[in-house]
Amino acid sequence: MNFWIIQGLNGLAFGSLLFILASGFSLIFGLMRIVNLSHGAYFMLGAYVGVSAIEAGVNFWIAILIGGGAICILGTLIERFILRRLNGQPLAQVLVTLGIAFIIADTCVWIWTGDPRPVPMPRELAGALRVSNLAFPIYRLFVIGVAFALAAALWLLLERSRLGAMIRAGVDDLPMARAMGIRTSLLFSAVFCLGSALAGAGGVLAGPILSVYPGLDSDMLPLALVVVILGGVGSLVGAFVGSLLIGFIYSYGQALFPDLAYVILFLPMVLVLTLRPTGLFGRQAI
Amino acid sequence: MRVPSSMISWLVAVAALLALPWLVTSDYYVNIASQIVIAAILALSLNLLIGFGGMTSLGHAAYLGVAAYLSIYLTAHAGFGHLAGALIAIGATTVLAMLFGFLALRASGLGFLMITLALGQILWGVAYRWASLTGGDNGLGGLKRPHPFGLNLMDPAIFYYFVLAFLGIALWCIARFVQSGLGQSLQGTRDQPRRMRALGYEVWLIQWLSFVFAGFWGAVAGLLYAYYHQFVSPQTLHLTTSAEALLMVIAGGTGTLLGPVVGAALVVILKNIVSAYITRWLILLGVIFVAIVLFMPEGLVPGLTRWVRALRNRPPADKPADAPSVAKGPAR
Repeated sequence: MNFWIIQGLNGLAFGSLLFILASGFSLIFGLMRIVNLSHGAYFMLGAYVGVSAIEAGVNFWIAILIGGGAICILGTLIERFILRRLNGQPLAQVLVTLGIAFIIADTCVWIWTGDPRPVPMPRELAGALRVSNLAFPIYRLFVIGVAFALAAALWLLLERSRLGAMIRAGVDDLPMARAMGIRTSLLFSAVFCLGSALAGAGGVLAGPILSVYPGLDSDMLPLALVVVILGGVGSLVGAFVGSLLIGFIYSYGQALFPDLAYVILFLPMVLVLTLRPTGLFGRQAI
Repeated sequence: MRVPSSMISWLVAVAALLALPWLVTSDYYVNIASQIVIAAILALSLNLLIGFGGMTSLGHAAYLGVAAYLSIYLTAHAGFGHLAGALIAIGATTVLAMLFGFLALRASGLGFLMITLALGQILWGVAYRWASLTGGDNGLGGLKRPHPFGLNLMDPAIFYYFVLAFLGIALWCIARFVQSGLGQSLQGTRDQPRRMRALGYEVWLIQWLSFVFAGFWGAVAGLLYAYYHQFVSPQTLHLTTSAEALLMVIAGGTGTLLGPVVGAALVVILKNIVSAYITRWLILLGVIFVAIVLFMPEGLVPGLTRWVRALRNRPPADKPADAPSVAKGPAR
């Protein structure tokens, strides 16, 4: 019983990290029809920037802001100066983001070498929470809390704010939204900026759990893709449910069948694509 | 019938390919030629999807890697004979292509790309993590090249002819496929999927059969890859391998029969030259991707031709817009 609870919480924590990454990815894809293959690289670069900041003596919380801010700026520049030039050419945009992902990944190896970097936990969240005979790291509970708060904030932003209404209009029917006078170009920048910042900050936040290593991008990107395939395009609820689902599958899989943890990831994809190709919460096929 | 001049250039090209081991005496260059030939088979199979089918796959390394892993595992670790190991590896990889095709073709355009990428990367994760079977990061080795018909494949020149024969067969089969009714209807589904459907074509089935055919040739390339390197590691299954194959297709110009062969030669030669001097091949690969998309979306070879023509201030003989370009290809 203890095993199931502990692994369930681990899965919840991993799914939370995944949600921070995948929500931005899903929003960008849903609104801009850009499959941002650099998203995993943003996550890793954000984590490396955060590590360097921490090693330079910066407080963990400031490091999260630095990591998120740096990637936010990088993403905005890429969107403004490269992706915008390729407006209306989705495949060209994908290939550019793939190229940028390679450049970032190799640059990270160049700067931070190939050795994994452990990320120290913030002191105030070290230690474990004990309930009867169960112990669970406080930091993971904190990450879970952050993801739920983020999900709530994003939900409020999308469903209750003017900006969110514009984003939803853009996701549903971009030409019509533009015709109604919504400045979609600003909207695109805002969403891409937000998604990049989430990826970068998520990378730093993931540091104490996953540590930072070359290949972190290749580990996370396919999971984000699977989350979007499962949850449906541009759906916040889909990204949330999909992330937690993959988190659980991955966590239990790794504990029960360590060799096969990745094989098990095929199962939800096979099921969803066979039975419901729009994804669990999507309205349109990907 | 072909015009005689193109017939002559074909004959010259074939003669040059056959004479290559005599022209370059160093084993190193003969081995690079073998690498190019194997990469060309992979690029040809991917071009079936991208160029002729309009389906941009970012998971084509799956077939290369799975066939390579299977053939090495079966022959070097599970006690199978060379012929049985090769046939099972290619057969099983083709079955995998059937499954992957079924999944990926639930979507089109960007969705297809995402699903192929995710499936490919999951396979990479499997190869990386399932260490008891795949050797994990250390990879799998121990394969001895076979001796078909008494040929000593350890000899670089003989191995080169061996893979060249496969390239010839692949070219012939793929050319026949493209000209066949199925291949023609595949190009129809690339250009006008709705119209093809309205005409009563089973678009899904056409795309799926082509996907499986491409997977089969990817598997053949994987088998030869295993024989060449006698070793396979998760890197073979990684997204970068798929991206390199994609670059070969784009570089040579999509939708042409011989473009991928030229592209394969360009990429393999570039990779070997660059790797001799610096270790940052991945950065260069990324820069090439960005540059190609921004500056010559119709492909490296047609793009360079256009630039050369523009430099000479000559009007282009053919409109580049007619060439199917990856960047402007059908998205959804």
